[in-house]
Amino acid sequence: MTIVIVDYGMGNLFSIYNALDYVGGNPKIVRDPDGLDDADGIVVPGVGAFGSCMSQLSRFESSLLHSFREGVPMLGICVGMQVLFEESEESPGAKGLGWIGGKVVHLPDGVMIPQMGWNDLSIKRPVEMLDGISDGDMFYFVHSYYGQPKDRSVIAATTEYGVEVTAAVSKDNLFATQFHPEKSGAKGLRILQNFVRSIRC
Amino acid sequence: MLARRIIPCLDCDLGVPGGRVVKGIEFKQIRYAGIPWELAGQYYQDGADEIVFLDITASHERRETMTSVIKETSRSVFVPLAVGGGISSVEQAREVFNAGADKITVNTSALKRPELISEISDRYGNQAVVLAIDAKRRYTEEEGRIIVQTEQGPCWFECSFYGGRQFTGIDAIAWANKAVSLGAGEILLTSMDRDGTYDGFDIPLTDAVAKKVKVPVIASGGCASPDHMLEVFQKTEASAALAASIFHFGEWNVGNVKAYLKERGVNVRI
Repeated sequence: MTIVIVDYGMGNLFSIYNALDYVGGNPKIVRDPDGLDDADGIVVPGVGAFGSCMSQLSRFESSLLHSFREGVPMLGICVGMQVLFEESEESPGAKGLGWIGGKVVHLPDGVMIPQMGWNDLSIKRPVEMLDGISDGDMFYFVHSYYGQPKDRSVIAATTEYGVEVTAAVSKDNLFATQFHPEKSGAKGLRILQNFVRSIRC
Repeated sequence: MLARRIIPCLDCDLGVPGGRVVKGIEFKQIRYAGIPWELAGQYYQDGADEIVFLDITASHERRETMTSVIKETSRSVFVPLAVGGGISSVEQAREVFNAGADKITVNTSALKRPELISEISDRYGNQAVVLAIDAKRRYTEEEGRIIVQTEQGPCWFECSFYGGRQFTGIDAIAWANKAVSLGAGEILLTSMDRDGTYDGFDIPLTDAVAKKVKVPVIASGGCASPDHMLEVFQKTEASAALAASIFHFGEWNVGNVKAYLKERGVNVRI
């Protein structure tokens, strides 16, 4: 079993690598689209602006779409979740992957930007990726934008930060979180463990 | 709603192989506390929301020791790690980020060259840059100072650098504000009057800075009991409380401090 972490040049992948390794995920960092061919699971991390992430990620786009359609379990994290949407207020004109209909919007006025710290989840759908996670469990967020899916049924969990913020989405073999499971202590590791387990099954 | 964070701080002496955690009292005397990654691992297990490593030796050749400490820690500690001490360029910051740090803290080098804050935040984002301030009360009346009312009378706060060994004449509250405009995403605010005294946080200082800046403020200096944390969370808008001795020397652990706070209505992660 190989979990591939897509390295498209946006930030260091040390934390997610260590966390997947810790839960027995046998991670591999891949810098080339060909590296996705034999992946049993794919992690799309992301830091930085939506537009620059998309321009770096574009060379992986067709390989990622192929794997998604093949049913390979996928996990998007932070901006790696936002790029699943069609577009973002952060980078007008930049096109996202568009696998989830809707837009990424700025957090509201009146709260500290970015949201940085531990916030609690409200679970909307008890998907397998959230096994072992309960309402009120806290996760570590660092972001200024969040996704608003057109089809609200893809939302797996939300958090409250001035507005109801999409914290996790789930669609077919795809799961993505706005928070950082690799920085969220034991509960975050549990989500990564669920991901590893979904690949083994 | 965001939880109030509890952050253990490891002051690291990297002049010995592998490094060791020490604790100073009023920025002077030193007491040995343990091995950095072992303590970090313990605090993580106890429920720390974040861990700060400060290299108190901060010389160039010892930065390699710090990166090895962070690499070792990040194999088994899965909360944000902040690292500071002697970082004075983007290149040095990059080494620390590449070792697994999520944030870097700057103090002396930013006072000497404020653009350092923008240089690092442009590259890694504001959330990755913590400005550390060591502030000391000054009861003298001076033109242009931001005055804060305290039980001991009105005072302003002076920034110190070089680990508290020298003073700058710079107003700490004004500096916090300027640093935020340059791109600092968080303020680690240490009261030199309280550090190591076990008298509790400097409430007027913390309150003044937390009201002034639009980024999270980490209160630091003087914490000796969960009551001190309760006080700083009830009386100020501090986002986090940092402490060292209380955790190092077994008086309390992060878990029972959090339970204490939770029982009294503070929103903390259990």
